[in-house]
Amino acid sequence: MAIDAVEVQSAMPNHRARTIHVTVNGVPRESHVEARTLLVSYLREHLRLTGTHIGCDTGHCGACTVLVDGTPVKSCMFLAVQSDGSEVRTVEGLETGGKLHPVQEGFHKEHGLQCGYCTPGMMMTSVALLAANPNPTEDEIRRGISGNLCRCTGYVNIVKAIQSAAKEMAAPPKGGP
Amino acid sequence: MYPPNFEYYVPSTVDEAVGLLDQYPGEAKILAGGQSLLAMMKLRLAQPAILVDINRIPNLAYVREDDKFLRIGATTRTAELSRSTVVQARYPILADAGREIADPIVRNRGTVGGNVSHGDPGNDLPACLLALGGEFEIHGPKGVRTLPARGFYQDSFVTSVAPNEMMTEIRVPRPGPGTGSAYSKMERKVGDFATVGVGARVVVDSSGKILNAGIGLTNVGPTAIYAGAASDFLAGKTDSEAVLAQAAVLARDASTPAADNRGPVDFKRDMVRVWTRRTLRKALDRATGGL
Repeated sequence: MAIDAVEVQSAMPNHRARTIHVTVNGVPRESHVEARTLLVSYLREHLRLTGTHIGCDTGHCGACTVLVDGTPVKSCMFLAVQSDGSEVRTVEGLETGGKLHPVQEGFHKEHGLQCGYCTPGMMMTSVALLAANPNPTEDEIRRGISGNLCRCTGYVNIVKAIQSAAKEMAAPPKGGP
Repeated sequence: MYPPNFEYYVPSTVDEAVGLLDQYPGEAKILAGGQSLLAMMKLRLAQPAILVDINRIPNLAYVREDDKFLRIGATTRTAELSRSTVVQARYPILADAGREIADPIVRNRGTVGGNVSHGDPGNDLPACLLALGGEFEIHGPKGVRTLPARGFYQDSFVTSVAPNEMMTEIRVPRPGPGTGSAYSKMERKVGDFATVGVGARVVVDSSGKILNAGIGLTNVGPTAIYAGAASDFLAGKTDSEAVLAQAAVLARDASTPAADNRGPVDFKRDMVRVWTRRTLRKALDRATGGL
């Protein structure tokens, strides 16, 4: 990253590159990026966070979905410079303290994936969906994930996985009254 | 896939943005939600030398109603339309469209101003604004002007906004009593542009007579289309299936779709007829029976 930054800075005239400050999965980052660098490329190529996938590259498939300040966006349709000052959360940021996020648990338990390509984006959308609506109906889940395509057509199990996560997240903490 | 190189500016006021557009005529493009522009740039369908990112201009994202208008700020995300309680209650056509544009993730980013001013005949909001008789506030180097939606769309991707101007607000006249509205979209799958989209607004009196109506069509011509003959025909008529069927034929006759992988011309024209009738019915039901 540091080496990239120096090369880009010297090669680029003004206004074609910028220094940005982004918090990615809780880690503050300062990076110098070309203005045309997409957020997905910044995450994958600069930060080496390759959990976020590039699918269609034209905003249709949702494989590259990440959360910017809590809102799901397609990171292939979002410039890295536009994330300046924001908090970005990717699939790598779901696990905390060696414990999978309930959405990850749900996908594991209900076999919510086949090839796994859509899974990171699908899970980030699910995390935001459950944050906004902790107890969604099946219809709300299906509409909620309609911007994420699964070409294995594993939707039945993906819906079950999200339902399982909702149940898990609604359960009172163990050891409580 | 990277967009071609460009110079990137982040103005903090509308005047600064307009100043940049005016300084680089024809070279600078406004970047709002970017959900159309960035894809076009990646595919090399657009190669602006300069992007003017208006997302950090304060007070450009809002939905509010005053005594004359519903006012929507240009950088309001399209997802906000179906979330806004005032839109849901009084401008259901916009809430309908807000559930149909692209997909939920794109709607978190795409803006109302972008959807309306991009000039893509496949965008859903222009037909709604045509049906509603909306108007647009445009800022340029010489000041502010207001343009009605009807007459705004000149050709595919060509509107009345000059290269050194910027749309800042979308306005819809406050509905009076007996107003109903709806938007329907025939689409092959979520995320696709409409095969046919129809927006309708009607005003009825207590006897069921239609006082006036507006019908807009999506993606069945080089621009969004205001179906004027069908709209005018409805004024003064009493609601009946026969009247709606006649208006639907007039709307069909206003359409000039091109054949593509969504279907041949005759099919699309007939779908304009079918979906106009259905959408008018929905709008009339809302006008008389609430939502």
